Amino acid sequence: MISNTIEARGPRPKHLSIGRIGMYCFIVMCALFFLMPLYVMLVTSFKDMDEIRSGNLLYIPKSLSFYAWPKAWGEACTGFVCEGLKPGLVNSLKITIPSVIVSVSLGAINGYALAFWRFKGAYFFFGLCLFGAFIPYQVMVYPLLKIESALGIYSSLPGIILVHTIFGMPILTLIFRNFYASLPIDLFKAARIDGGNFLKIFFYVIIPMSTPITIVAVILQVTGIWNDFLLGLIFAGRDNQPMTVQLNNIVQVDYGVAEYNVDMAATILTSMIPLAVYFVSGRWFVRGIAAGAIKG
Amino acid sequence: MNNSVEVKKLSFNYGKVEILKNLDLDIKDGEFMVLLGPSGCGKTTLLNCIAGLLDLDDGQIIIEGDNVTWKEPKDRHIGMVFQSYALYPSMSVEKNLSFGLRMSNTPKNIISEKIDKASELLQIKELLHRKPSQLSGGQRQRVAIGRALVRDAKVFLFDEPLSNLDAKLRAELRYEIKKLHRDLGNTMIYVTHDQIEAMTLADRIAVMKNGLIQQLDSPKEIYNKPSNLFVADFIGSPSMNFFTGKFISSSNSFSLNNALINLNNYEFDNKPSDQNDIIFGIRPEDISVSDSQDGMEFKIELIEPMGADTLIWLSFENIPFSVRLEGSSEYKLGDVIIINFDIKRASIFDQKSELRL
Amino acid sequence: MFFKRNLGAKIALLPMIIISLTVFVGCIIYSFVYSLTNSKLIPVFNYVGFDQYERLFKTRKWDVAVENIFIYGIVFTIGCLVIGFLLAVLIDQKIRAESLFRTIFLYPYAMSFVVTGLVWKWVLNPTFGIEHSMHLWGFTWFELDWLVNRDLAIYAVCIAAVWQGAGFVMVLMLAGLRGIDEDIWKSLSIEGIPKWKSYIFVILPMIRPMVITSLVLIAAGVVKVYDLILALTSGGPGYSTTTPAMYVMENFFSRANLGQAFAASIIMFISVVCILAPWAYYEFYFRNREAKV
Repeated sequence: MISNTIEARGPRPKHLSIGRIGMYCFIVMCALFFLMPLYVMLVTSFKDMDEIRSGNLLYIPKSLSFYAWPKAWGEACTGFVCEGLKPGLVNSLKITIPSVIVSVSLGAINGYALAFWRFKGAYFFFGLCLFGAFIPYQVMVYPLLKIESALGIYSSLPGIILVHTIFGMPILTLIFRNFYASLPIDLFKAARIDGGNFLKIFFYVIIPMSTPITIVAVILQVTGIWNDFLLGLIFAGRDNQPMTVQLNNIVQVDYGVAEYNVDMAATILTSMIPLAVYFVSGRWFVRGIAAGAIKG
Repeated sequence: MNNSVEVKKLSFNYGKVEILKNLDLDIKDGEFMVLLGPSGCGKTTLLNCIAGLLDLDDGQIIIEGDNVTWKEPKDRHIGMVFQSYALYPSMSVEKNLSFGLRMSNTPKNIISEKIDKASELLQIKELLHRKPSQLSGGQRQRVAIGRALVRDAKVFLFDEPLSNLDAKLRAELRYEIKKLHRDLGNTMIYVTHDQIEAMTLADRIAVMKNGLIQQLDSPKEIYNKPSNLFVADFIGSPSMNFFTGKFISSSNSFSLNNALINLNNYEFDNKPSDQNDIIFGIRPEDISVSDSQDGMEFKIELIEPMGADTLIWLSFENIPFSVRLEGSSEYKLGDVIIINFDIKRASIFDQKSELRL
Repeated sequence: MFFKRNLGAKIALLPMIIISLTVFVGCIIYSFVYSLTNSKLIPVFNYVGFDQYERLFKTRKWDVAVENIFIYGIVFTIGCLVIGFLLAVLIDQKIRAESLFRTIFLYPYAMSFVVTGLVWKWVLNPTFGIEHSMHLWGFTWFELDWLVNRDLAIYAVCIAAVWQGAGFVMVLMLAGLRGIDEDIWKSLSIEGIPKWKSYIFVILPMIRPMVITSLVLIAAGVVKVYDLILALTSGGPGYSTTTPAMYVMENFFSRANLGQAFAASIIMFISVVCILAPWAYYEFYFRNREAKV
């Protein structure tokens, strides 16, 4: 048999199809769009005001200026006080750490109770609690403020921690419940036959298996609470204003000359912790969601 | 012999759905009882009720003479082995075995003594310091059984323990469980949907469907004299052949269209009356190929060689049925053969009530 | 699996029950009751019927707020879903540096709304921002004055919000895509169905639960939008980007007009219920059907 085409054999010849090149172009463009604001923030924070006024937003600084960073950190004025963001960082830490611990623990124990120890009416209250996730904050802030005043914790650290615990509860309870419901129920049965009670089973059997979901929950809460503005503004009190509130105060000054480089440095400083959390543990976050933390 | 487990008038509902209906079951001391049925028949629910993992709606459960209806699972003298092994993933094998004892504050020396004994018996001594994730399926199931052993359980409950294993391992562990029962002599209740497991292991089988026990008898009896159509159909692989027709009392025979099968050799429990609709059932191995010329002629339509046996498919009045022959038989598609039914071993059911006649 | 003798669980769930009843239910009742009064600086029970609601609907600013939240809700929801899905599909193509791209698309989600607002305010700044850059590059016809344009400012808010939220939707969708059975892809490729068609007609319906979850999470975020607008436009120019949430906060904290704020917040709440009811009904109905099987 004579044939002038090459008989196909062996590995398929490799070539990059046009479609695939186009796809890479598109995805790189998307990535550039997503990166642009971060890039602009960074370069702006290292420019001096003259360059900002005359130069191009998208260019890297002609000469590195470190003027903005120390100012944003320690000297920028919020109203009459000129202490920069430093006190805000401390306040944010004081709010975030206990709030995350309390709210994640509560969410875990709620999810455990709901997944394994159902009793009559439990799911009614669970539904009510989930419903709470969708109530606009505006409906709740004022009455909640009244409740906290009555309890004597309004405008204080415990006050803001309680608020974050309350508003974090629905989603945390949901993700923990979904995760626990996906564990083999046989494990729980076996622990029951072995004589574990509510708390013993939780501590010895359930908690050691909760690492992936706890990571998701902690990431959600750390970033959520760190990034909160509204609740901190209302409930934390003047002495405990979190970083986001102070940032807004620094940037939105009505008097004086706007120093965009200081603003951008302050913005970056404020996002530092949540960004670090994402860069370090974003992989687990994605994996945790894939493992069914948030179910359809 | 005393009863080890007594289930009295047990009812269990899930919402408005009745899962178990007024169910009675006595299990003798040292007996190996298998609960067999298709999924959704209530067998696992019954086992969970006995274990105290589900709260029943009505009835009583008595284990070793002790009314445990309202007792906690741990106080019921039971050990349980699960389909998914249910080993605590964060604990070593040793910690898994001792978890229950530690929960009840058993002294350390007694714990190690019991673990020694159980791990010896199950040959898992060298695995004690591994984590469950480092074990094979068979090893995991051994550890799970060990957990029941360590508890000094009077009654062992097995919830489809072999379903997650491959066929070879399943046969191996089936043998081990049977040996364990022979050596320990404990009462065992075993839930499965696999009839081979049921037949090989059980002293008695309770065949369940829709929350009711259909038949409670020895494996032999259940296989040879199924009490209703469901049991006959469910037990046996390849399954029983069924033909629906009429009973002709004048000739004491089964008639399907123009064909007649004489039932003189069949021992009726209840004789049907003339022209009653009945179902004639016969297992593939109770049909034989005849060398002589008397009998019915059939053409072979399909051949399924299964190694030890060969299954050939014929049809009778357009209803396909199978015949089990020796693996060495050398028939070909289209061959015409003459067969005989072993009427003595047939099963006949009333079409309406589906009960054995 | 349930147990009736479980005191431990009941005690453990007590905080949830108390919070659900006092905060979630209690606050709604409280707000509703006081929305029927003419409270100013402090809540007083001086019943005026539905006067506050009547006034609310006659207020021009509220109309603008409602219109804005509709525009924002639609653009933001569709934007996030479409871009999130598109990014998830791209990431799903076994591309190189997958985790790098994933991180790039997800990082804005780690940012505070305040930060997002301030950054975009700077980028879209008509004097020094992108417009300026384009002019320096010679594209003098280029205009990007959205932040100072009454009709377009709300779309600037939408862009910033989509930039922040699309990555999260991408993660959810990607989780859905990765959950698709490999055999489905094998059978699609044997049948020779083009990739884009497979995604739209076969895969998208299969990950519907994830799409619905994303939709619900996005929708829940829509009504809450406050910080972003505060940082980006402060509701301006004029009050052209004000939203119901801002309207409520203003009346609570700077105008001392509690009755009006309560009424507006109750309307917000009712709108959320109207949007969520079909979804909740669907979930509840199907969960019930599953339970019966």
